[in-house]
Amino acid sequence: MSKKPLLSLEKVEKSFTNSEGQKLLVLDKISFKLEENEIVALLGKSGSGKSTLLRIIAGLTKPSGGNVFYRDKTVTAPAPGISMVFQNSALFPWLTVLENVEIGLEAQGIPPKTRRQKALNAIDTIGLDGFESAYPKELSGGMRQRVGFARALVVEPLLLLMDEPFSALDILTAENLRNDLLELWIDKRTPTRSILFVTHDIEEAILMANRIIIFKADPGSIQAEIPISLPFPRSTESEGFRALLDKIYTILTTSDREKFSKEKIRAKTATDKHPEYARRLPDVSVSELTGLLEAMESHEIKGKIDLPELADELHLDVNNLFPLTEILDRLNFIKISKGDLVCLPAGKEFSGADILKRKHIFAKHLLAYIPLAKHIREVLDLKSNHRAPEELFLNELQEFLSEEEADRLLRIIIDWGRYAEIFAYDYDEGILSLENPQ
Amino acid sequence: MPKTPYYQAPKTKQGLKSYFWDILALIIILAIFAILACAAKEMHTPYQVGSLPEISLEISALPGYAANTVLRMFIALLFSLAFTFIIAPLAAKNRQAEKVLLPLIDILQSIPILGMLSMTVVAFIQLFPNSRLGPECAAIFAIFTSQVWNMTLSFYQSLRTTPKEFYDTAAVFQLSSWQQFWKIEVPFAIPGLLWNTMISLSAGWFFVVASEAISVANQNIMLPGIGSYISVAIANANIQAIFYSIAAMLIVILLYDQLLFRPLLAWSARFNSNYVDDPEPNRAWFYELLIKTRILKQCERMFSHVTEILVNSPKLQLPMINTPPLCPLYYRLAIFAWNIVLCLSVVIALYFLWDFISKDVSIAEVGHVFYLGAITAFKVMILIILASLIWVPIGVWIGLHPKIGQYIQPLTQFLAAFPINLVYPLAVTAIIYYQLNVEVWSTPLMILGTQWYILFNVIAGTAAIPNELRLVAKNLFVHRWLWWKRLALPAIFPYYITGSMTAAAGCWNASIVADVLQWGDHKLVATGLGSYISEHTTLGDFPRILLGIAIMCLYVLIINHFVWRKLYNYAASRFILE
Repeated sequence: MSKKPLLSLEKVEKSFTNSEGQKLLVLDKISFKLEENEIVALLGKSGSGKSTLLRIIAGLTKPSGGNVFYRDKTVTAPAPGISMVFQNSALFPWLTVLENVEIGLEAQGIPPKTRRQKALNAIDTIGLDGFESAYPKELSGGMRQRVGFARALVVEPLLLLMDEPFSALDILTAENLRNDLLELWIDKRTPTRSILFVTHDIEEAILMANRIIIFKADPGSIQAEIPISLPFPRSTESEGFRALLDKIYTILTTSDREKFSKEKIRAKTATDKHPEYARRLPDVSVSELTGLLEAMESHEIKGKIDLPELADELHLDVNNLFPLTEILDRLNFIKISKGDLVCLPAGKEFSGADILKRKHIFAKHLLAYIPLAKHIREVLDLKSNHRAPEELFLNELQEFLSEEEADRLLRIIIDWGRYAEIFAYDYDEGILSLENPQ
Repeated sequence: MPKTPYYQAPKTKQGLKSYFWDILALIIILAIFAILACAAKEMHTPYQVGSLPEISLEISALPGYAANTVLRMFIALLFSLAFTFIIAPLAAKNRQAEKVLLPLIDILQSIPILGMLSMTVVAFIQLFPNSRLGPECAAIFAIFTSQVWNMTLSFYQSLRTTPKEFYDTAAVFQLSSWQQFWKIEVPFAIPGLLWNTMISLSAGWFFVVASEAISVANQNIMLPGIGSYISVAIANANIQAIFYSIAAMLIVILLYDQLLFRPLLAWSARFNSNYVDDPEPNRAWFYELLIKTRILKQCERMFSHVTEILVNSPKLQLPMINTPPLCPLYYRLAIFAWNIVLCLSVVIALYFLWDFISKDVSIAEVGHVFYLGAITAFKVMILIILASLIWVPIGVWIGLHPKIGQYIQPLTQFLAAFPINLVYPLAVTAIIYYQLNVEVWSTPLMILGTQWYILFNVIAGTAAIPNELRLVAKNLFVHRWLWWKRLALPAIFPYYITGSMTAAAGCWNASIVADVLQWGDHKLVATGLGSYISEHTTLGDFPRILLGIAIMCLYVLIINHFVWRKLYNYAASRFILE
């Protein structure tokens, strides 16, 4: 017997138009189905549009193309039956725990007495007894998120959406809350049929989900779907768990290579006018890069570095780790392939060098492999006074990127460029130059 | 007291376009005044205001007068609240309305309230002839205009900055726009709105005193109230009565401060939207008393029944949201037509204004009034500098000693509320007695009432300096001038700018009452725009009053836009500690 899926997405697209009138694709033809009785995790780096996708499913954002079906109906606005838990709980600070939990019921026009009874039940279920009259500011982060869960569950949703629900919590609290939620779900103490959640924590995804959908960025699209059949409760120590972890790391690292080569082909065909220098840069600082390179040295076994282990030890999740490895790879300090990581000679030289030498090596690699750095340096070299306002570069970037993204990109390259001393920047005047600060 | 500097004007991008809207708004508002003034000119004097009770200088009459004054204040407050709750959401939710309303409020904020009182008095008298209602309405209107813009802008600002996650939550749980307004937007706005209401109320005492007794076209109109009492005392040169009225006002302000201001501030703390407890909560004995008794609980229960019906009623929707256009073409046409109507009305207004003023006033006189404006601007500048030299060091010292600040802060708030025009007569007698130069010695009166804004902003700024920074300075032996230059001055700068901007705006308003001083038969007049407006008000020369108001308005606007806002933006980008 084939039942209708609870949720199905058909070629959902999302794009933004920047100030130059150019379309920027954020989500590219996303299609998948969510059956009843499953928990699905959306996993991917930041910028892969998974949170945007969750907002589209919740009816908070309209897709630019494609359809979202909840049961048979198209989702265009928030639908009854779909409820959501937000990353930072989003409780109303002026309402008590009880009043916060009641809010969804109030909206449904349920009379006060019934409302109160249902809210109290939900509070009991989620383990918040005794905190009914507390204000959110009296609660710890974990307790607040529990209220967020109670508020979402009290309206008896069939589909529960969660946007990185544990990422703002410390490790112990997150684990505790995660286990409680899983227990609720497994014991069927809530009418909720399915859960769809966004995460950037690989272990969390494996611990909770029946299926993981892996996203890749630029534009956000589905890279892989991995079913997980490990029995609950799952343990991070089990054989199956380790195998899955390795598999996911391999998938996530392969995507970098793939994208890189694809982009080279695109540049050759020149159908795309996107210049090299407008390529996205991850938001990482030089000290993080240095720190990771140093840490790699001690994890090297036969010239290779085991990524899952490194990530585990440094407490890095998808969001922190992959941007770092991506940029180290682009700078030719390391080489990644299929989950393995090799430190190249330049990387070794860099981590072994002193401060001044490091700057020197970094500058060389920055100019050689990061087109934006090279571009800025060339422009400054050409100017007779070796000065240029930041607006010049911002405007150039905005032709291809959103205003926000262009600004972010310039901030990152200024940070790196200052470290490498390939150019200087004056904050007050907003001017890039080749001068040393006075 | 908010920990961040409060700044009245909305943070919109200041481009040429917004100046354009500001100028349009200014022209329209002045034209409305011109119409009022035109009507006033037609009216026969003496004005028929019905029978107003004679003001008695008996001390036994004072409590009654005080009650009258307080009542006026709160009627104006009710109107201000109503205006705020209608206009702010309209501006925040409807883009077409926003385009017109924001510049209008921006201009109205800089109109000298006491300058336009003469016109509104005559207008209201015409509206309610032979009745006390005319001057009463004018007085209440003056208080209303001193409170309302600040409150509206604060509410608007809150509506525009309500966190997106709150709206998301409301959408996911499908709150109606009506529920969203009362459950989310209003509570979020309460701390800011309440604080601004209290600031406005405090400033309002000055205007209630000034607007109760007004002389237009050589006719004295006196409403029963503390303001009239003191004005009669001045006319009779009765120093004892002056002290009585000061004492009465002190008691009123004290009651207001203890029974309303502080309890409400303490209550509003629960609406603060950060999830951390305030380490130094506003304490108010009256509020704590109310909490302990059952009254508050009872009220809350009754209140919740009412809100249940009013807020959760499924049929209610917020009416002012932009409705999606039926057809883009019609929508565009409508906007186009709206813009044309606006432009036309500006042209007509401009013509009318020119016609009205140029009939009586020569170009040379306009030049002269600009010169008077420059004198007042110079005075305000000197006063701000002097007040800063005094209050910045004191404020920083108090800010560094939070224990003392606990006592000083309520005191300065209390002093800011006290209508300083009550002590003007004392200054006049001093000037006459010691035969001082009026031009010099009447000037400080302008800032007496508003200097406190500099003080309490500086205190707040100093208190906000992270303790670590202070320890670092100590650790590195950063002393004396270096300490001021590198730590204190940069840290308080944004707060200081906010304070002086408010103080300066108050000075312009006060110049209308501070430039012309009376004591019995003595009359002291200082040169300036304030005395120009004030003298022509007494004469009932409406074109010249209008000219004075227009030029004061221009000065205030230009200085606000080109000095204070520039300074504030600079301060905000450089010195606000995250």
